[in-house]
Amino acid sequence: MGVEGIGARALRKEDKRFITGKGKYTDDMVLPRMTYAAFVRTPHAHAKVTNIDASAALDMPGVEAVLTGHELVADGIGNLICGWMIHSKDGSPMNMGAWRALESETVRFAGQAVAVVIADTQAQARDAADQVVVDYEELPVVVSTTDALAGGAPQLHPEAPGNLIYDWDIGDEAATNAALSSAAHITRLEIDNNRLVPNPMEPRAALADYDAAEEHYTLYTTSQNPHVARLVLSAFYNVAPEHKLRVIAPDVGGGFGSKIFIYPEEIVALWASKRVGRPVKWVSDRTEAFLTDAHGRDHKTVAELATDANGKITGFRVQTVANLGAYMSLFSSSVPTYLYATLLSGQYDIPAIHANVKAVYTNTTPVDAYRGAGRPEATFVVERIMETAARELGLSPAEFRRRNFIRSFPHQTPVIMCYDAGDYDSSLDAALKAIDYDGFPVRKAEAASRGKLRGMGLSCYIEACGIAPSAAVGSLGAGVGLWESAEVRVNPVGTIEVLTGSHSHGQGHETTFAQLVSERFGVDTNAVAIVHGDTDKVQFGMGTYGSRSGAVGMSAIVKALDKVEAKAKKIAAHLMEASEADIQIEGGELKVAGTDKKLTFTEVALAAYTAHNLPEGMEPGLKEGAFYDPTNFTFPAGTYACEVEVDPDTGKTRIVKFVAADDFGKIINPMIVEGQVHGGLTQGIGQALLENAVYDEAGQLLAASYMDYAMPRADDVPSYELYTTETACPGNPLGMKGCGEAGAIGSPPAVINAITDAIQNNNLAMPATAERVWRASRGVMAQAAE
Amino acid sequence: MYETNYHRASSVEEAVRLLAGAEDGKFLGGGQTLIPTMKQRLASPSDLVDLGGIAAMKGISDEGGAIRIGAGTPHYDVATSDIVRNRIPGLASLAAGIGDPAVRHMGTIGGSIANNDPAADYPSALMALGATVVTSKRELAAEDFFQGMFDTALDEDEIVTAVIFPVPEKSAYAKYPNPASRYAMAGVFVAKTGGMVRVAATGAGQNGVFRIAEMESALAANWSPSAVAGVTVDADELLSDIHGSAEYRANLVTVMAKRAVAAAG
Repeated sequence: MGVEGIGARALRKEDKRFITGKGKYTDDMVLPRMTYAAFVRTPHAHAKVTNIDASAALDMPGVEAVLTGHELVADGIGNLICGWMIHSKDGSPMNMGAWRALESETVRFAGQAVAVVIADTQAQARDAADQVVVDYEELPVVVSTTDALAGGAPQLHPEAPGNLIYDWDIGDEAATNAALSSAAHITRLEIDNNRLVPNPMEPRAALADYDAAEEHYTLYTTSQNPHVARLVLSAFYNVAPEHKLRVIAPDVGGGFGSKIFIYPEEIVALWASKRVGRPVKWVSDRTEAFLTDAHGRDHKTVAELATDANGKITGFRVQTVANLGAYMSLFSSSVPTYLYATLLSGQYDIPAIHANVKAVYTNTTPVDAYRGAGRPEATFVVERIMETAARELGLSPAEFRRRNFIRSFPHQTPVIMCYDAGDYDSSLDAALKAIDYDGFPVRKAEAASRGKLRGMGLSCYIEACGIAPSAAVGSLGAGVGLWESAEVRVNPVGTIEVLTGSHSHGQGHETTFAQLVSERFGVDTNAVAIVHGDTDKVQFGMGTYGSRSGAVGMSAIVKALDKVEAKAKKIAAHLMEASEADIQIEGGELKVAGTDKKLTFTEVALAAYTAHNLPEGMEPGLKEGAFYDPTNFTFPAGTYACEVEVDPDTGKTRIVKFVAADDFGKIINPMIVEGQVHGGLTQGIGQALLENAVYDEAGQLLAASYMDYAMPRADDVPSYELYTTETACPGNPLGMKGCGEAGAIGSPPAVINAITDAIQNNNLAMPATAERVWRASRGVMAQAAE
Repeated sequence: MYETNYHRASSVEEAVRLLAGAEDGKFLGGGQTLIPTMKQRLASPSDLVDLGGIAAMKGISDEGGAIRIGAGTPHYDVATSDIVRNRIPGLASLAAGIGDPAVRHMGTIGGSIANNDPAADYPSALMALGATVVTSKRELAAEDFFQGMFDTALDEDEIVTAVIFPVPEKSAYAKYPNPASRYAMAGVFVAKTGGMVRVAATGAGQNGVFRIAEMESALAANWSPSAVAGVTVDADELLSDIHGSAEYRANLVTVMAKRAVAAAG
């Protein structure tokens, strides 16, 4: 290890325990007298529950209790909430239907929990759950966005007539309409963004323990944001006041957004623990994960791009219907609105933009933030229509983009966002060079000689991370502030603990955050411990999502480090009888500039705690905390270039080369950043080629296992070529932007643009399955043969 | 998984006896289908009789004009056997492409054909090579053994003990895998044995593996990819699901047949 500062490709400290099987996940936690929960779930997508007969189940061995929504309501457990208020364009608040953690009256998606069995073992609980007899009266089902808004569609919630949650808009409608009516050319595109299942490696889990003597609960759970979980569980679900509820999110095996939200199962585990007087554990199986983890995407969009005679964009009109599923999950409302439509300007100077978004209920699993959350949907719309418009205008896709790039900053877009810094030409240049854009015609001809179709696709994405200035998001309807907290505790021996409100569930914070401290004080990264994920240990914090832990979480650490450094310098100056301004920190020592006087960091730390000789009036100790509220979003951006080869006989697409040129601002650990990009690109390519959460008309999820839901595997993706360009983010002390989602945001349009280029047919739905590509390429092949 | 009683047999006779004593028993081969099915609580046999310890059911032998493969032989052994690679290369390459390394080390040829998954690879090889299935009771031609999706001629208490493959002059297998499960969406095995051509397709048929007579006669007249290029199977007889329509599978059958013929040389 040693001193590994900013820019070092430090190996991940946490990997030793992960790759040797020593990680401690929620399911690894075992408590005395622990019971297990198994949920009784509806097989029907929409039905009235007419009777629940638990008598046979209650007679099964080991069964402690069978609980239903009736007891839940009687005990005053609150309905699930959506924490971001969206107002429709007519000013009315969004129409939110009631969501109970156990639903014993009307079920609205297949897999929804109706009752729970608590038993001594997991097998007993599951066996007994099979014996709970639930009578259903089936109701008509609606699964697609289009059908949900049609007249006479089955209605899900009385609170949302016509299944409409909100009808929201952003931008200047009149100016946009005017731009379209005076355009030299309008490019129109219908774009569907396919529904995805998040699939973290570790399924969700909860272990709840009620202490009757203290009236105190402990919840171990798979959360990306344990403090937010505690706040919501306390404030809205009436489980317990915050000081009587400890939430621990130990090692968590991936989240991709799906573990931000508070789900029915955690609430039920807590409530049931008090009911039965024993700890209650629930661990999702993979089928439950498919059916109940919040899904992602599922948009239907019509986009129109207006250009003038010089190929300059003059206006952009977007109409989107977003499928939010059967209930509004915790941050679902914000995803297709403020996290989506605010990015519709892309990297381009567009004078007028207007977007209308309708969110609808359907009899499907709830939809919420999933890696990228709104920005992949925006990027797919923008970058598909940019490529399409270039083709229609007879311009090279690279040239058309260049004509419209934003080049002066700050740049206020027509859709709220104010871009602070960027250099879009640089990343486009880097990507074009790396993929040998100019040499493509030769490679295309060579492929054609083998009967294969080559295509090239670009995607110049921009996204917004570092969510976000609290006052700004508050004014847009967020129910929380989006700052972050940190505390830096220097121990008397000079080792350092950093308590962070961020949560690491794969991101490598234990390494990256330690590098920040190592850089600052010149100490070994092994002398730094990162503490996170426990509301009893760590001060209130907002958690990890939206690629915010660098730009926001680390900024809070920097602020705390500043305070620690200032105090350490004061102590050192006092001890060495020097001026504070002359103290320099270098290689783990505090030195008096221009002299050979020095103290080690450890000596200064010890002095702070012995307090035998501190400056007049100074408190003992060396421990400082900070809260950091960002001043703006950050704007990672870049260019992805994808070259594909399509086999026209089968429609199979092979990605021959994929180049990513990203501007993430300042990078702390390039190896970890590359890992994030690899993962993001693979998920984006998965969406583009393979993944599709398909429902049948009865509301059954057809792709509910890995036999039918196609996850990308190593042989589906190429060896990526990664490049970075850097414009520092002026909004935070480290100049960081965020890298966790860019790959998933930028890659789908690059892939689809490349395939549509290869087959010379722009009418291709995502995912571009082999059959879809085969069908779309057939006409082209017939033409070529003539 | 529901509770079950596990037995390990050391001979075919013992296995049959153990099953007879069980309330609702099942033979267990490599467990690559039955165990996941049980874990999902979709199967609940009262007893499992594991055939994995029966030494007589393992191994590959060259019997002159035919290759005998014990039913308990895992796919990995078939894929890497010098006998199979030299004498029936199409069969070795088929076995090398089943599932993933874990599946190939656990899954067995007997288990695969007894399950007769409509998307499994082996049934096409048995049909195209004109194999004989040896059981604890009798010998059956492949065509009489496979009786439709997940259906075979096996009695409940009958065990596949070996498969005997005649050695062909030419053989090859080509498949287009399902992107999720990697089972065959369409897999075609072509073989020329004693001057006779057989073509069998798996993964595509509504009724499991099937032979394609029109391709067989076309190849008998002219063994070349172009001979089958114009032959399409009737899409009405094919599977249609979220991964591929019947029409698409019909196309894949033709494309895979061409590729198999080309690979067979």
